[in-house]
Amino acid sequence: MIERSHHDMGGLPGGKVERGEHDYAEWERRVDALMMLLSGVKGGRKLMTVDELRKNIEAIGPEAYDRMSYYERWVTSITQTMIQRGVITTDELGRKMEQIRARLDDPCRK
Amino acid sequence: MPQVTARPQYPTDHPSAPVRFALGERVRVRKTYPLGHIRTPYYIRGHTGVIERLCGNFPVPEELAQMRSGLPAQPLYRVRFLQREVWPDYRGREDDVVEIEIFQHWLEAVKP
Repeated sequence: MIERSHHDMGGLPGGKVERGEHDYAEWERRVDALMMLLSGVKGGRKLMTVDELRKNIEAIGPEAYDRMSYYERWVTSITQTMIQRGVITTDELGRKMEQIRARLDDPCRK
Repeated sequence: MPQVTARPQYPTDHPSAPVRFALGERVRVRKTYPLGHIRTPYYIRGHTGVIERLCGNFPVPEELAQMRSGLPAQPLYRVRFLQREVWPDYRGREDDVVEIEIFQHWLEAVKP
């Protein structure tokens, strides 16, 4: 049994603290907005909780967790939650990703 | 039972477990390591601190994370710990503290 989950790293050596501010990329703003909408804090249907967001972030494997940026973890977790709740299916997601990949690869668009 | 003098910082109307701890009371964080989504940090489990305030009664995150209601709600406290008791090699001031918000079901009374 693992006593300490990977994300629960309080007190472990963490390296240097980067104090600079940084601008958010457009996709990061969108992920944040998506979470606000899905969690119902702006009204409307509540499709997930912040606790599920955290649970599914914690479920990301240690290597991927360390490699991903903050909002990459969010979007991964939001997607997992939507699949768990049946809002989208894995099959729908896979087909949509293929569709978008094909569109981006279309030489007429380059 | 201790006299409960704490008033919640954020009053809510969830059906809730009764408040067990008073302001200033010494409490120990349960030293247990279950699976699931847990908001009690690893490093503080097993340590003893003092109730600093009652934040309010909130649905249990461990349950909310699993698509359940988290009710009855549990009292959430801010608990104050001495840094030098939490970290054996702490080199700051003697009276430095760390404050952590912990749900009541993770706390147990300390016999004086």
